[in-house]
Amino acid sequence: MHLLEFERSVLSTSLELTQVETMRELTLDDLDDMVIGATLLGTGGGGDPYIARLMVRQAMERFGAIKIVDPSELDPDGLVLTTAVIGAPTVIIEKPPAGTEFVACVKALAAHLGKEPVALMPIEVGGMNTLIPLATAAEMGLPVIDADSMRRAFPQIEMTVFTLAGIPAAPMSVADEKGNVVVFQTINNQVAEKLARASVMQLGMANGISCYPMTVKQVSDHGIQGSMSYCVDLGKRLNAVKRGEEGAFEEFLRFSGGRKYFSGKVIDVDRRTTAGFARGTVVLEDLAESDRIMRVEIQNEFLIAFEDGKPVITTPDLICFLDYETADPITTETLAYGQRINVIGLPCAPEWHQPGMLELVGPKAFGYDVDFVSMGGVTA
Amino acid sequence: MSTRLRIGIDVGGTNTDAVVVDDGGNVLSSTKTATTPDPSDGIRIALEEVIADVDRAHITQAMLGTTHPANAIIRRRDLDPIGILRLAAPASLAIRPGMAWPKDLHDTVIGRAAILRGGFEYDGEEISPLDEDGVRAFARDCMGVVRAIALSSAFAPATTDHELRAAAIINEVTGGQIAVSMSHQVGSLGLLERENATILNASLFGVARRVVDGFQTALTSHGLDVESYLTQNDGTLMTAEEAVRLPILTVGSGPTNSMRGACALAGLSNALVIDVGGTSADVGILVDGFPRESAAAVEVGGVRTNFRMPDLISIGLGGGTVVTESGSTVIVGPDSVGYLVVTEALVSGGRTLTLSDIAVRSGRLTGFGDASLAAGISDATVTGALAWVDEQITVLCDRMKASRASMPLIAVGGGSHLVPEHVNGVAEVIRPAHYAVANAFGAAIAEASGAVDRVYRYEALGRDACLEEAKQMAVDAAVRAGADPEAVRITSVAEVPMSYLPGQGCRVQVKAAGPLKG
Repeated sequence: MHLLEFERSVLSTSLELTQVETMRELTLDDLDDMVIGATLLGTGGGGDPYIARLMVRQAMERFGAIKIVDPSELDPDGLVLTTAVIGAPTVIIEKPPAGTEFVACVKALAAHLGKEPVALMPIEVGGMNTLIPLATAAEMGLPVIDADSMRRAFPQIEMTVFTLAGIPAAPMSVADEKGNVVVFQTINNQVAEKLARASVMQLGMANGISCYPMTVKQVSDHGIQGSMSYCVDLGKRLNAVKRGEEGAFEEFLRFSGGRKYFSGKVIDVDRRTTAGFARGTVVLEDLAESDRIMRVEIQNEFLIAFEDGKPVITTPDLICFLDYETADPITTETLAYGQRINVIGLPCAPEWHQPGMLELVGPKAFGYDVDFVSMGGVTA
Repeated sequence: MSTRLRIGIDVGGTNTDAVVVDDGGNVLSSTKTATTPDPSDGIRIALEEVIADVDRAHITQAMLGTTHPANAIIRRRDLDPIGILRLAAPASLAIRPGMAWPKDLHDTVIGRAAILRGGFEYDGEEISPLDEDGVRAFARDCMGVVRAIALSSAFAPATTDHELRAAAIINEVTGGQIAVSMSHQVGSLGLLERENATILNASLFGVARRVVDGFQTALTSHGLDVESYLTQNDGTLMTAEEAVRLPILTVGSGPTNSMRGACALAGLSNALVIDVGGTSADVGILVDGFPRESAAAVEVGGVRTNFRMPDLISIGLGGGTVVTESGSTVIVGPDSVGYLVVTEALVSGGRTLTLSDIAVRSGRLTGFGDASLAAGISDATVTGALAWVDEQITVLCDRMKASRASMPLIAVGGGSHLVPEHVNGVAEVIRPAHYAVANAFGAAIAEASGAVDRVYRYEALGRDACLEEAKQMAVDAAVRAGADPEAVRITSVAEVPMSYLPGQGCRVQVKAAGPLKG
């Protein structure tokens, strides 16, 4: 703990010193903001970032500061690799990571490609996978590129803006903590998803994955730009709301382009598990007018919100539940009757709005016969 | 036939209460004394007072609910230094033991720590074989440094082998000089949280020994040769000897005893309970006689654990809550004079307008202070303050309920006069007799229990067979804990499907409970 406090002061000093450059070092304060931002961008799912946050803290203690960079600071031809945890949340809490599984899958993919990475990148800025690449990057002495492929959580590997750009998820690698690694090539990202899941089942259900190898130029052309900073900045604003600062909620909405759709009380939660996905429906009743009802459909994440039967927020736009009193983001596992909730819609990252979005991550991609209702003012 | 009597004692932060209860649940005597700096003194005094006029030959059992262990953690006092051994490597190396602990508690408790090879996968295979030499070396390294070792391994709730083997090795190396706490006895799924709970448990061994010795000495010094028990977080009993090994399971027993006692005094097993004190009001819910447990992780002394504690919602609403008038608006709280309400409130001759004054002025509270001193409070202030109180209580009750169905509300605590006669969504408000000693009553009526928390794969045996097995294991555990085999029953069954797991993996939690035998 001494070390951490020492580092905190050192890090905040170095932050001031490096402000003239774009490259910046992540501080422990940033980490707190990033964790709440990541929970919010998990839209009810994405896995609890608690374990990942402890990993990042330990990695900062052992390996030093973590650097966040923009693509413009790197060689455009440099290799960027992603890393993330893949498996069952219930297994991950019982068998937390070694750290080595992420390093191993990155190294295996680099060896397969015959090239060393210049930076790591999160696939998913939303939930626990926002933070995993930070710990790995610290251990490998690499920077983390300020971009991702979702800027929210989705349950499947192919649900990325990279798929829309025609960038393959494979070759990809999956590793466990014991030294087992598989690297494979697939013909499309849907098969990649299936092979990754099958490997994970044989390797203990809590693994590291590295996929979507690409160049820095591809990241800047096709990735969602600035998502790590966005997550920290969003979390900072949400923490201000939680502290009850004047005007903080308005600032939070202004920054995110979000809108409050509903203030209601949970009157029904229906959960079921089919094909490995936690599906369910939650129904809210307006706090003031009890005949106003909102229904939200869940498949690991909140996907569609209906008000009085009409869809009002639809995937890939984000549906976020905030505790009415504390402004804590509420995850789907902790939903319970009687909770009082503000339902916030956040527009998805603008990079999503391109041909193919709805087929990949729109309501119909999840089996709902519902048209997309854009929050972003852009129709795909 | 003579009746059998039970003593219930509850040591709280402020008061130590005791009751003597007969088989029919009737309160034969009760007492309330101040909690003493050494809580054993308070126990002795309360015991002496409560048995003064009962036939002690008929007393067969004594139950203690106490805040000693919780206070030891909160105040970082009397905790033993501990060695932490985690069997999971190479898994989990990215997060060392004690990573997120508050520094002062870390420095007090954590003497040695290691992560060694061992532990299991979700399907029962070994992550790696147990590093027995490593366990021996760790045990030797702990000699003379720590008082106990907290042992945990990955998936121990499903597969206990490595914890049992490592404990045996430690015993052998240290000649039994270092006590061992095993995680599978302490907590459920969630390695880091279970490890934390096991560390806290081991660090409380000394405190627990002293509490139990003090309790038993107090009993024998009054000529009581009776079975002694401690109440645990879920409202059921552990034998005193078991409590010495698992003291962490008692840290949440106070609110549980209060809620169970309140419901039993009111003759109900499904109800909302509101406990209004000087500063705050807690609302909980009893389902089939037991408090509903919280879904979220519970922190104990700043450390995240995976205990299921009573699901309580607290707000700053009590008899001492300060009321201020600002123009035409009335502001209630958040400040409170707390227990000083007996001198600070207007009706007590003090100078602070509190909710107790509002209650006296409105007629909700009688017989407290001098009502004429509250006569100057305006009608608008009374109406505004009571509207706030009623709204808060309505919202609290509504948030706690599990469905829209109307339920009774039991009001206890020194500030319970603030609870109105009618609350929306509440069938009726009940104010039971003896509510001042609800905690001790809750301890006196506690039952023996057994619990199972494990992961099943339904495709092997089928869901029904798996549930049947889990229920039988819970019943057996309850009987081992002293429950009457004729009267033991299943009190809760929860199935949590495991997402992303192949097949029909399901976490099953079952509890059984029954009255003590004989």
